[in-house]
Amino acid sequence: AAMEVPLSHGLASRAAALATGYLCYRRGSPGRGLALRSLRRARRQDIDDVGHKYYLELELEDVLDKDSTVICTAEVLYHLGNKNIAPDVQFTLEGELKNTDEADNIFYNRIKSLEKELVAENIPDSHGNVPPEMEPIRLLAWVASGYVIWQNSTENTKFQLAQIKHVKQVKRSDEYLEFDYMILLHDMVSQEIIPWEMTVLWHPQHGVQVTQDSRQPKHA
Amino acid sequence: DQVFHIVPETFQQVQHLQHLCSTLLLDLWKPQLPEDIRTGEDLHIRVPAPLVQEVKDSLDHHMISYKVLIPDLQKLVDQSMPKERSSHRQVPEGYIYTQYHPMEEIYQWMTQIQKNNSELVTQHYLGKTIENREMYYLQISQPSGKTKKIVWMDCGIHAREWISPAFCQWFVKEILQNYKSDPKISRFLQNLDLYVLPVLNIDGYIYSWEKDRLWRKNRSPHMNGTCYGTDLNRNFNSSWGSVGVSYNCSSETFCGSGPESEPETRAVAQFIERKKSDILCYLTIHSYGQYILTPYGSTTKPPSNSEELMHVGEKAAAALMGKYGTSYKVGSTSLILYSNSGSSRDWAHMIGIPFSYTFELRDNGTHGFVLPVDQIQPTCEETM
Repeated sequence: AAMEVPLSHGLASRAAALATGYLCYRRGSPGRGLALRSLRRARRQDIDDVGHKYYLELELEDVLDKDSTVICTAEVLYHLGNKNIAPDVQFTLEGELKNTDEADNIFYNRIKSLEKELVAENIPDSHGNVPPEMEPIRLLAWVASGYVIWQNSTENTKFQLAQIKHVKQVKRSDEYLEFDYMILLHDMVSQEIIPWEMTVLWHPQHGVQVTQDSRQPKHA
Repeated sequence: DQVFHIVPETFQQVQHLQHLCSTLLLDLWKPQLPEDIRTGEDLHIRVPAPLVQEVKDSLDHHMISYKVLIPDLQKLVDQSMPKERSSHRQVPEGYIYTQYHPMEEIYQWMTQIQKNNSELVTQHYLGKTIENREMYYLQISQPSGKTKKIVWMDCGIHAREWISPAFCQWFVKEILQNYKSDPKISRFLQNLDLYVLPVLNIDGYIYSWEKDRLWRKNRSPHMNGTCYGTDLNRNFNSSWGSVGVSYNCSSETFCGSGPESEPETRAVAQFIERKKSDILCYLTIHSYGQYILTPYGSTTKPPSNSEELMHVGEKAAAALMGKYGTSYKVGSTSLILYSNSGSSRDWAHMIGIPFSYTFELRDNGTHGFVLPVDQIQPTCEETM
């Protein structure tokens, strides 16, 4: 039987962060990033020989339009033992997500028509600024980091994207856009800053894919 | 800077003066060395401007009479030897509180604040950082006959949490701008003294401006200079080194070589220890997460006054939410966040300060440590 977990409890907020990351990956785009506004309910179940399951009710907001929110019910299963298996996440959404087709197409065409491959650093900068034309690049990283967060989370981690150190566009002959990102993840539990390299593929009709990713060593 | 003339009367006075000279690294003009201070013989010491009040307090406290031989040393020097004044960057009258400021500007701001509000504000020396920078706190105290209880607030124990020092500066500004007109603040100051340390981890803060925006710890060297930094909020003497820490310098939560191994920790701890019977409330400001955290991090066993701590914390969170709807969670660190030992907040409570809180300011993770400047004002306003 699943027991209620106090909403402020550390374990509940970690599961919520994981679910949010996963959701963002599945539903996000350069025109839409989703963030956790509040955790409304959390229950936890210990399943013998399997793992720990969380039943969550979340309210998510659109990073670009804080008034646009959706309710999400999610189930998160952390597997026992083998730490190499990503947690299972299932979710349903109540409410409409804003349609971002127009913004996505504008961004797509803009990048496609660049003469030189896009290169950028430190997004946001030290003061939290993101130049408006870099916002989709940032959201794309936000979405893709959701994948990395999902794949690498345990009950003892709580990851957030802290900053994009570096991003470089990779020219492709097909219709996809490809970017190589070096991001910094912050783990609230250990307080560590973890550099992570990821290759991200995107097309307005095909969603976001992370084709390669690897954890990088902290430099001295 | 001033030069004091003292004639010690007793051996105890001599001892105290020697102690003062060595702890504050005062410039002895006569005699040359502290060990040559004698009863009945002239003592001339040069005291740097920011330490003048501290030294006077100390002499008064020990009933040592003194004369100020030279009230303004710089003036004397200038008169005897006119020279080109190097131009210092002035803090503009309109200090911009909705921007992040580098340490250089914060030092200037403190001097300016004391100058412009000298009836209420005094700047005091606390100690030195590992890289030899001076740590100062501001005392906001309405002159009155009675001794008042103290509320202590420190910011910037973790370098990357820029919104924290920004809040300390905002807080001071708000108090000083409104203490005459706002009845709440005015009543507050009638009964309490405020001590504010705008940046505790000065070296780390500077490093986060110049080299690594996401640096957290201080800058003490370890392993022959191949690894840097102790987590100052794991370095206090509260179940030090027991849980939620690393013994490895390369970790963000490295607790140091021992409790209070870091000069920054010692500077704060020694001061608070001395004043603890007068301190009612210890506040330490961090980011991010939107929490009001109560003791303890090192154990889930609740503190003796946990009900009262929670009650006050909940009221604070409600007031905060009333401003812009920002929600803060209240509770003990060990339950809400993670276990950790050696935190300043736990230590303050353990030595007897009844109200001890960690504030984790905005946001929830969307921007994390790199909070955009346009959120400085709302964050500070709601936290106020």
